[in-house]
Amino acid sequence: MDALTAHSSILAIAIPLLAAFITPLIGRLDSRVRNVFVVVVLTFVEFLVLVLARDVYANGIHVYTLGAAAPSLTVPENYMVPVRIVLEVDGLGVFMGIISATVALAGAVYSIACVKNETGQDRFYTLLFLLTVGMLGIQFTGDLFNLFVFLEILSISGAALAAFRTRFVDAVEGGFKYLIVSTVAALMVLFATGLFYGQYNVLNIAAIADAMQYTVLDKIALTLLIAALLTKSGAVPSHWWVPDTYTPAPAGTSPIIYAASLTCLSAMFRVAFTLYGIKMSMATIGWLVIIAGLLSMFIGVTMALRQTDVKRLMVYHVISQEGYMLLGVGVGIAVLGDSQALAAYGREAIAGGLFHLINNAFFKGLLLLTGEALFFRLGTRDLNSMGGMGRNMKWTCAFFLVGALAISGVPPFNGFASKLMIYEASYQLNPMLTIIALIVSIMTLASFTKVFQSAFTGPQLPEYKDVREVPLSMKVGMGLLAGATLFISLFPGPVVNTIIYPATDALLNRAGYISAVMGGG
Amino acid sequence: MTEVFANVPFLAVAALICVAVYIIMSQRNLIKIVMGVAILESAVNLFLVALGYRHGGIAPIFTDAPGTLMVLPVPQALTLTSIVIGVATTALMLTLIMLIYRHTGETDAEKSRRVKG
Repeated sequence: MDALTAHSSILAIAIPLLAAFITPLIGRLDSRVRNVFVVVVLTFVEFLVLVLARDVYANGIHVYTLGAAAPSLTVPENYMVPVRIVLEVDGLGVFMGIISATVALAGAVYSIACVKNETGQDRFYTLLFLLTVGMLGIQFTGDLFNLFVFLEILSISGAALAAFRTRFVDAVEGGFKYLIVSTVAALMVLFATGLFYGQYNVLNIAAIADAMQYTVLDKIALTLLIAALLTKSGAVPSHWWVPDTYTPAPAGTSPIIYAASLTCLSAMFRVAFTLYGIKMSMATIGWLVIIAGLLSMFIGVTMALRQTDVKRLMVYHVISQEGYMLLGVGVGIAVLGDSQALAAYGREAIAGGLFHLINNAFFKGLLLLTGEALFFRLGTRDLNSMGGMGRNMKWTCAFFLVGALAISGVPPFNGFASKLMIYEASYQLNPMLTIIALIVSIMTLASFTKVFQSAFTGPQLPEYKDVREVPLSMKVGMGLLAGATLFISLFPGPVVNTIIYPATDALLNRAGYISAVMGGG
Repeated sequence: MTEVFANVPFLAVAALICVAVYIIMSQRNLIKIVMGVAILESAVNLFLVALGYRHGGIAPIFTDAPGTLMVLPVPQALTLTSIVIGVATTALMLTLIMLIYRHTGETDAEKSRRVKG
């Protein structure tokens, strides 16, 4: 068990990577064996992430040096700086790791029945594994160049998955847009990496943060990194690719691609907090993030109100909800230089933003799955041509209600708990922020009421009379995310204390992140 | 004189980035957009290699090296990785364009784009 704990971070990346390329071989033998294999591997990855989480919460930051005599030898003898590839996992890393592994598992289980009649299923699962590798890699790596490599793994597999149903032209176009955006963003990250290497001769994030001189080139690199990662996470002003890519994404993949976007968002937090720290003019950057958040909330929800495509409508809420996370974390960044305000409400605001992130990964993922379930059975996503599905698809309807009530922030669901944290903290910075957030929340409720009425209530339409409930695997996939949502709703306090605050403190503890690799302190 | 020439690669990088960004922003033909992305890739690769160059340095191979002034090996390793990744993304982009063309008979972004916000 000790050996497993020590190597858990690299295994969580290596095992799905290996499984990705074994899957097609097993698929040649039997498709049912392959499905079992996929689920078993992803369950094992989830287990590894939990083992790693236990280690991080008990013993602090987990470092793993590849190729060294012992995993903890980050800086080789006779060297001043780390030259090997280092994995560094802190509270934020395991927090995102838990989200990624859980959503990937639920998405894969859901996909089993959903892609049953598609061609190229072996490759579907290969890509799904690669997407998981990309998400975990971005979170666990302590090396800026590896961040670029994992970002590209994530882009290629995400684009190929979005375009998986090549018979729909909108799917191919969505995949193409995602690939162009991701490639340009990744090249910006690579350019920033070059700027750092030219100045400091290191690639390790902790070593760069330690040597950081805040020159003009560093500021250019910061701008590039934040712009690239914000684009990949799909917040306003770079939200335009999001609806086109998520809407046609097949089966259980849209929640996973969503989790991948959230991963990029948290990588952006890592850059802002750990790589740069508090010496920059934080009030300005904080307000920029807050404004981006407010615009995302407002534009996302207003665009959602006029959609008639059920999945597209949900996807616009993705943008809107991302605004809440940016609002919470932005308030935290704005008061980062002021230790009194930070203790009073800044830490709470960041915690609220991260809490909303995990909640969204689960209930937003659940909603996207219910949208896909409607498309799976009805063959249309048009809300105007649906009706009365509450009778035919009782489980889907129940799962939809859980997700819709949670996202609208209706008590006692978890969306309410995280939004309340953001409201309380942002109110102390500026009451207007809270008012806008509340209005957006009401509009969200209105929008999901419309979906509920159009799709699930009303008279039964003759053409959909014989529609049956979705197959078992899809119900289990949705059930996993609904279970996670309900669990957090029932126990918000323990969840916040055990995983949210460690993630928040990991962001604020820049010196700790540096000394875990560089030694000393 | 050598100092003037030392900056030439970086000026070339800047020029290539400007060209690439202009192409990606302005062109409607999907294949041209992919070409723009490929130029951007080359610009970043050139930047990395130029970064590691030391004037008068030799290839970083220690066996039988006449001196110790060598160009930096790490940026070259990064560039190699980046080129390989670039091939994969370009290939996937072109595949997707082929599929779009098969559906619509167009490679023009405005005409083939049916998805509207």
